[in-house]
This record gives sequence, C-alpha cells and structure tokens, in this order.
Amino acid sequence: MARSAKLQAASEAAPPTSNRERPREPERYQPSKEDLLGFYRQMLLIRRFEERAGQLYGLGLIGGFCHLYIGQEAVAVGLQSAMTVGKDSVITGYRDHGHMLAYGIDPKVIMAELTGRAAGISKGKGGSMHMFSVEHGFYGGHGIVGAQVSLGTGLAFKHQYSADGGVCLSYFGDGAANQGQVYESFNMAELWKLPVIYAIENNHYAMGTSVERSASEPDFYKRGESFRIPGIQVDGMDVLAVRGAAQEALEWTRSGKGPIILELKTYRYRGHSMSDPAKYRTREEVQNYRENQDPITRAAADLAALGVGENELKEIDKEIKDVVVEAAKYAEEAPEPDATELYTDVLVERY
Amino acid sequence: MGVELKMPALSPTMEEGTLAKWLVKEGDEVKSGDILAEIETDKATMEFEAVDEGVIAKILVPEGTDGVKVGTAIALMGGEGEGAPQDSRSAEPVEAPPAPSSNDKPKDSLSTSSGRAEVGSPPTPSDQQTQASPVELPKQQQQPETGTAQLTSAARPADPEVPAGTALQATSVREALRDAMAEEMRRDERVFVIGEEVAQYQGAYKVTQGLLEEFGPKRVVDTPITEYGFAGLGTGAAMGGLKPIIEFMTFNFAMQAIDHIINSAAKTNYMSGGQMRCPIVFRGPNGAASRVAAQHSQNYAPWYASVPGLVVITPYDAADAKGLLKAAIRSEDPVVFLENELLYGHQFDVPQVPDWVLPIGKARTMRAGKDVTLVSYSIGVGVALEAADTLAGEGIDAEVIDLRTLRPLDKQAVLTSLAKTNRLVVVEEGWPTCSISSEIIALCMEQGFDDLDAPVLRVTDEDVPLPYAANLEKLALIKAENVVKAAKAVCYR
Repeated sequence: MARSAKLQAASEAAPPTSNRERPREPERYQPSKEDLLGFYRQMLLIRRFEERAGQLYGLGLIGGFCHLYIGQEAVAVGLQSAMTVGKDSVITGYRDHGHMLAYGIDPKVIMAELTGRAAGISKGKGGSMHMFSVEHGFYGGHGIVGAQVSLGTGLAFKHQYSADGGVCLSYFGDGAANQGQVYESFNMAELWKLPVIYAIENNHYAMGTSVERSASEPDFYKRGESFRIPGIQVDGMDVLAVRGAAQEALEWTRSGKGPIILELKTYRYRGHSMSDPAKYRTREEVQNYRENQDPITRAAADLAALGVGENELKEIDKEIKDVVVEAAKYAEEAPEPDATELYTDVLVERY
Repeated sequence: MGVELKMPALSPTMEEGTLAKWLVKEGDEVKSGDILAEIETDKATMEFEAVDEGVIAKILVPEGTDGVKVGTAIALMGGEGEGAPQDSRSAEPVEAPPAPSSNDKPKDSLSTSSGRAEVGSPPTPSDQQTQASPVELPKQQQQPETGTAQLTSAARPADPEVPAGTALQATSVREALRDAMAEEMRRDERVFVIGEEVAQYQGAYKVTQGLLEEFGPKRVVDTPITEYGFAGLGTGAAMGGLKPIIEFMTFNFAMQAIDHIINSAAKTNYMSGGQMRCPIVFRGPNGAASRVAAQHSQNYAPWYASVPGLVVITPYDAADAKGLLKAAIRSEDPVVFLENELLYGHQFDVPQVPDWVLPIGKARTMRAGKDVTLVSYSIGVGVALEAADTLAGEGIDAEVIDLRTLRPLDKQAVLTSLAKTNRLVVVEEGWPTCSISSEIIALCMEQGFDDLDAPVLRVTDEDVPLPYAANLEKLALIKAENVVKAAKAVCYR
C-alpha cells in the first residue's frame, strides 16, 4: 500500500509528459441557431430515410444486404458538417447511406440505387453498399470490411501529392479496426504525414460480436499509439461534441501534422443488416440508448435552449417526411436499368 | 596450395557480370569477411567477400571487365604465408582428388547458394576441391542446368509492325520497362511509381533504376513491406485522380494484395455505373524465376485474366514491354502488367520512334507459318519460337502467335491463324488446369470447330508446385522438345 501511495505521489509531483505533440482536448461546438437547425435537419433526414429504407426492404423493394445507420446520425453529421465538399474527400464502408446524405447527396438517387433502378446513383449496378459521388468527393461505399482504410489513405496521398489542401475522412467501424490493412495504412500515413482522419465508429458490435469479445484493446482511439498517431475519444451520440472533435482533427491534419484517429462512441439501434437475429444484445440495452442518449432528441433539447419552439421542429419534421416520401416514390417508380447496361462500364476504354 | 576465387552468382538468374573494381591487390593478406571486389550484376552492384584467410596470389580478371561468366576464375588465393603459385596454370585444377563417380551430377555450386538477394556465398575451398577433377569440365557442366534455362534459349523473333527504315536499338526488357515509365512520367505529372525498393535501392530487379534521380522522392516512393496496404493506397490514389504504377517485387507477394486488385480496382467502374475510375498499373515479375521454388514461382496470368474489369498484359520482348507498358499507363482502366524475371536481362530490338505505344488487346504474329499454330504469351513465346525453328528443320512450318494481352483476349488472331493452319498447340509457362491454355482450347472448340483437323493440345508446366532441385525444376517446366512433340502429334507426324 505504501508503495502505491508513493508512486501516486511521485506521479502527482511530475505529471507524465507526452513524448510528442498532441492535439488539444476538443471542446463541444458552440453552434448558432442556424447551425444547429441544419444539423437537426440532416440527422432527421438520415433517420427518416433509413426508416423508410427498412420499410421498403420489408416490402421486397430493396434486396441483398442493407445496413441502416439509425442511432449513429450524430457521427456523420458532426464530422462532415466541418468538411468542405469538393475539397475534402470522404470514404466509408458498406453502412454508407448516412454518410452520403450528410454530404448533401440527393436522397432520391440514393434511394433509387437501393431499389436497383436506372436512376440510382450507380445506375442500379452498385446497390446499398457501393455508391459513389466523385462530384461531391464521396468515394464510396465499399463492401469489403477495412478496404476503405487503405483506399482512404490513398486519397490522402492524392491530397498531399497534388497539394490541393484537402483532407480525407476515412470511416470504419470497431469491427474493421481489427483488420490488418488498417495498421499497414496507419504506418504509411504517419510515415508520410498524410492528411487523413481515421474515424472509428465504435457502435459496440462487429455484426454480432461485441467489442469485449473481439478487441484486446477496446479503446480504439489508442490503436494508433504504436504508430505515433494521436487519438481522441468522442461522444458519438452528441452532434456538437462530434463537430468540436472534427474541427480539432481537421486543424491537426490541415496543418501537416499527419493522420489522427477519432473514436466515436455510438450505437446502432437496428440490427447489423436487415437479417440480424439480434440475439447478441438485450432489448433493454437498445432501449436505454434510444430513451436516454438519442442524438436527435438531444439536439432538439439543445435547440429548445436556443429558443427554438416545438412548432418549428414539427415543421421541420413534416418537411423531412415529405423529402423522404418523395425519394421513396421516385425509387419505386423509376424503371430498372436497361438490359444493355449489363455490359457497359466494365472497362472505360475500348481495346 | 592456391585456391581459385570464382565469379559468384549473386542472384538466382545471374549468368554473368562486370568485375567493376578490385579492392585488393596481389600480395594482400585477406581474412574472412574482407571485401575483395565490387561486382555489377544486371540488377545491382554487389560486394564480393572473402570466405577464408589467405594471400591474394594473382588477379586473373582485371577490373572493368564486362561479361564475366559465373564460375570463371577471377583470382588465385594462396593459403596463409603462401606466395604466388609458380606458374599460371590457373585454369587447371590445383588438386586432383579421386574422380567423382559421375561428373555430370549436379553439385552444389555458386548459383545454388545464392537464392537470396544478398551477396551469395562465394565458393568455399571444399567446393573447389570436390568440383575439381583431372579433366576440366565444360563451363555449362560446372553448374547444374536449371529448369529455367530451357525457357530462355529461344531464337529471336522477327520484328513486325515497324516501318521499314526505322532504327532499332538493342535494349533489355528491363531497360525498356524503365524507359516506358520514365517517358510517361515526363508526359503526365499524375504518374508516380510506388513499391518496395523502387527508389533508393533502384528496384529489387533494377527496373526502376534512375527514376529517383530524375523524378525525386515524391514520384518514386519507397514503401514499407506492406503489399495489402500500398496496393490499397495506390488504388485509392487512382480513385482520387492520380495514375499510380504499383510495383510488386514479384506477383507472388501480390497475393496479399489481391483483394484491392480485384475488389477495389477492377470492380469500381462497374459498381459506380461508370462514375468512378481506377486508372492504375500493377506491375512486376510473374511466373517461374530460377531455383526459387514453389512460393516464388507461379504464373498468375490465368487468375487475373479471369476477372472482368481488369486489363491483363503479358509482354515477351523489349519492344512489346515498352510499347504496352506505355499504353497501360495511359489507359483509364486498371491494368495488371505481368513481366518475367528471366527475360529482364534479355536484349531485343526496340524501334527508335519518338513515342512507341502499342495497342492493348492485339496479338502479334511472331513468325508466319502454314502447318500448325503455336499460341503463347510471355516467356512461353521464346519456347514456341525455339520449337518452331526445330520444326522447320523437320519440314513443319509453324506459325507463332504471341497473345501479348490476355484480357481482352485477341480471339480473332487465334481463330484466323487456326483457319489457316487447322492445327493448334498452346504453350504456357504455368499450370494446365483452368489456364489460358484451357481458354484457348475452349475458344477453338466453340468458335473454330470447323477449322480443326486435330484436337488442340497444350504444353504447360507440370501440375505440381515448382520444386527446388535443379533436375526436378527442369522436369516441371515447359520445354521446346515437348512443344515439338505436340506440334508433330497434331500434324499426325
């Protein structure tokens, strides 16, 4: 006992100093009323869009794998609201609808891709997991867990190579964080000081395997330490906390200090995909998040504090509902791709 | 008694080298580990170390000598305290132990001891003694004949596609590849080379030699040993609008990266409905090298050629290597460019035109003939040409088609030749099952059935992992005599 007391005393006397520069502890973003209304609107759009996608899946209008983002909305909105569309790039895995919506991509062409129609953003040839908008600097939409980490590091390489001032935001989950190529990418990114933000969305489950059962280091923000990449843990259920962290991370990367990791502690309310049996967690656990930590409810409370009345929020709800209904209608009515599309886009050139 | 120091083999494929510099002189005492000389191979400059103590009695090959064959005596070393030998019988064996029971049995030799990229062990005195025999062996018997030797002893092809009067420059495949990259890098700022040892080391196989000096570290990028990572990084950079050339030290290591080649690069354009391109070249040596055994000796051409969304190119000679690599770099599609280590050092004529770019997807008639068609690609082309020479001596006029691009495949070239000769043999340095040979046979059956006067045969490597032992390696690999046999069989002769 005496020994540990002594150690403690010693550490109090000389607090451990870092062997290198660290980013500052981010502060919760102080939004204007307009800022926060924008975040609220975007989060609500993602929520209602995903709910409708779930319905369309149930009706058989969406096939295959469909991974919903419900519960995690604050992450995409908080991070991407700090980025510059057209200058910065974003890349993610297969749970990509929310990230696209947060970057201002038209919900109609996203929903039409989910239903496999010619009007879809990938002409119906990509589906839920493979959607891209080069125009927006949104580079997918990748179905192989972890691939987007190396690819995103390559996008950061491009930003550095062409000195365009851009930063790549590469999203991945707590599951992908155990893939080997993530660490190959970390090594190169720090070695070459590439402008990349690794956003680890820790929603606690890799499909049905909990972090506790899969990660020997469950604090994902520490996963870059052996590569000298700093990490910050963020409350991913609070859009303002996420936005604050995004600004700190962007400042770090834009000033040439290399990559940074943000671990966003979040939660998905729905299953991994539509075919999830949900045997690996309790209803109470999900319910607790929904009732006590929901990012949209929280933003509504913050808006109330800024003087936004309930009527104004109801107006937004209705507006968003209309957008989503219209997107769903568009996606249901749009024709399927022409049979000749089967053979197009395999190669760019003719040989 | 003196011991001969022989020209060491410093890489699995080295046949000769330049004795660039002696770091010792006659009369110097040396001890184990001292650096005796610098030797330039076709890949790098290597240091040649002493294994034993002794005195440099005589230098037999002066510095600056080019083309010194592996196994040539380059100096004589006396034991400690011994002076120079009395005479210059350096080529004679200095000891005459009992003759081995069989002189032609492959023995441990210089080339077998240097499977690594490091300095190969120079011969030890005991090696010298066991190799010595009362009668000096011919040079080729001093080393085991490797299986891969049979792949490169081919006749030179005639050069098609060059306007009369064009100057030709003898160029190694290695130089042709480097020139292609350098020219395209000068032309397009977006092009860069990335991979292991491509910059400071000048290329593990010296293909990127000189690029760092000209283009700097921004565009010639050394990576850690991290194939999955840098293949993904390059693919992402291509998605972002750059034009990366990814060098794999060999395609065996690309197995760790194949997910990005196929899932990320090949499928992107299609999955995005044509919105997102991936203009990238994955290049490096493919196929059997020499005596590097199973994990370093595999032809991946059939693997990549099976994937829609990829372009797969497999050049044979230097002109095609240059012209097709330039085309690959310019392409907006992902290209897998499969080279062959055994061909790197071989020289071929390259037309001296300002911008030598060849069409992707077009086969090349290497030799016209009327009796039988030999279809091949990459190093197999040389084997087919050698077989065609032999067949000519036996009154069979063989046509040799080099596919050059495997995807998209020039089906018409194969079918046109088949319509002319009515008999066809596929020659492939690779396994037979699910191979390019299988594909060509299916093509002939499906679309050339009425032109066939005999079943199409294939001459491929044996269906086993490539063995290390020299004799087994030789047995496993394709050889011209088997092509001759197959050609005769389809001609019913």
